Amino acid sequence: MSAVPSLTGRQAGQDIQPDKALRRDMPLVPASSIAGRALVIVIAIMTFLACLTAGGAILVAGASQDWRGEVSREVTIQIKPAPGQDIDAAVAKAVETARKAPGVGDVRALSRQESEQLLEPWLGNGLDLTELPIPRLIVVRMQDLKTPDIAALREALAAQAPGANLDDHRLWLSRLDTMADAIVIFASLLFLLMISAMTMAVGFATRGAMAGNREIIEVLHFVGAADSYISRQFQTHFLRLGLRGGLLGGALAALFFAGASALSAWWTNSVGGEEIGALFGAFSLGGKGYAAILCVAIAIAFLTGAMSRIIVFRHLRRLQ
Amino acid sequence: MGVEIVRDLSFSIKPQSFQFLTGPSGAGKTTLLRLMLLSLKPTRGIVKIFGQDASTLDKDSITSLRRRIGVVFQDFRLLDHLTTYENVALPLRVMGRVEANYRAEVVELLRWVGLGERMNALPAVLSGGEKQRAAIARALIARPELLLADEPTGNVDPGLARRLLRLFVELHKSGTAVVIATHDLALMDQFGEARRLVVGDGRLQIFDGESP
Ligand SMILES: Nc1ncnc2c1ncn2[C@@H]1O[C@H](COP(=O)(O)OP(=O)(O)OP(=O)(O)O)[C@@H](O)[C@H]1O
Ligand SMILES: [Mg+2]
Repeated sequence: MSAVPSLTGRQAGQDIQPDKALRRDMPLVPASSIAGRALVIVIAIMTFLACLTAGGAILVAGASQDWRGEVSREVTIQIKPAPGQDIDAAVAKAVETARKAPGVGDVRALSRQESEQLLEPWLGNGLDLTELPIPRLIVVRMQDLKTPDIAALREALAAQAPGANLDDHRLWLSRLDTMADAIVIFASLLFLLMISAMTMAVGFATRGAMAGNREIIEVLHFVGAADSYISRQFQTHFLRLGLRGGLLGGALAALFFAGASALSAWWTNSVGGEEIGALFGAFSLGGKGYAAILCVAIAIAFLTGAMSRIIVFRHLRRLQ
Repeated sequence: MGVEIVRDLSFSIKPQSFQFLTGPSGAGKTTLLRLMLLSLKPTRGIVKIFGQDASTLDKDSITSLRRRIGVVFQDFRLLDHLTTYENVALPLRVMGRVEANYRAEVVELLRWVGLGERMNALPAVLSGGEKQRAAIARALIARPELLLADEPTGNVDPGLARRLLRLFVELHKSGTAVVIATHDLALMDQFGEARRLVVGDGRLQIFDGESP
């Protein structure tokens, strides 16, 4: 392979000092030929929204896990005072019955004083409650079983401690559960929708870039470039655009959650703060949540690169 | 379906041969070159390239065949955003070769075609003749087995045309088959022993070159 030196009558590499300033690695597909900034903005917005829904779903799913663990193992027995009945004896009887029931762990009756404290936030503390017929509560923690045997406890109480009312929070719990599940499913759907919208935007941009660079593609083919080589040239650009957009959107989402967490911490003591805290677990996403955001951002960048590569490759296959 | 530009013609380009392809403007010279480059498919008839029927080739084999062919387009087809150096180095670059390995080769060829001072210039600021030389250098850089050149001396002065022709003849002597499309009679007369393929009215006449 030395046709050129023989043509030019010189040995290759001899007395040749290539200009140090030689420009030699310009991308074959010019960056300016791609609607780059618009695509970065679209990707950033889509990533931001996708991270928001993913983060929201993570918060709700995490919070609902917490309720499940906390609440499902705890039941309350309520004893309503009845005229002519010794309420302390009734409480003692119910406690004794509950202790004997299968699967029951810890049983603790709230004292009259504790029960009054529970009512204080609603009734104020200036009130003398001794005269009021306040129901008494017994908190029962079930043993750490997969499915606590609440039914057995209920039967035992009905047989031996009439007047004791068992509340296993089931209804309340299942409603919250359903809601949390619905929110997670809804968020996943939104997430999918946003990813597909973004994919389509990338598709449009790629096709636009290919149309704008038709001449370049043709020349590359003529000088012997393989389809895979050409699609790699496009992929490089789109991966870079995807990284820029994805990281920008992800950073905004992380900032959003950090801000919301700070805001909710400041808020918790005010009215309504506790309900929001119960639903979202104080808005703190935790390390895992932020890691998920980073993953989403990076996955979107690679999705962008891979998408454009596939589109270019398929398009090139169809050329002649 | 439009009219047939060329029909009922048959010719072959032998390895290491040299021929001019000539005929009036619009006769179909560029069309024939494009058929040989596999950038056009014949509506009927067979194109065989390096012994293979072009219609049976898949994309990968077309790619590897194109690497054995150098082309100079009538309209140059330099990439506007690349410098002269980058344009000429393109065939080596798309093969995946490392830039440091071919830099000296490219620089040397550029100096030889008189573009040593224009290596960092973009095509937009090159003169017609400079673009033509860059296009020729790009076609030669990978040392093809077949060179297809469409009007390669259309934009240069007679002196430079002679030098370029000498370059093509040297290339031919070192083993490349050369096809030069031109209607420059003076140029053809400078290399009288070359075969001449003359297109006209859709037909092809072949004149074997006079023996030197
Ligand atoms: N893609 C095409 N579709 C239809 N007709 C075409 C196409 N390309 C070229 N032609 C026609 O085919 C004829 C031959 O064109 P061609 O470019 O091969 O001529 P040429 O011999 O190279 O001429 P010139 O010397 O001017 O370069 C012309 O009439 C041209 O208009
Ligand atoms: Mg022509």
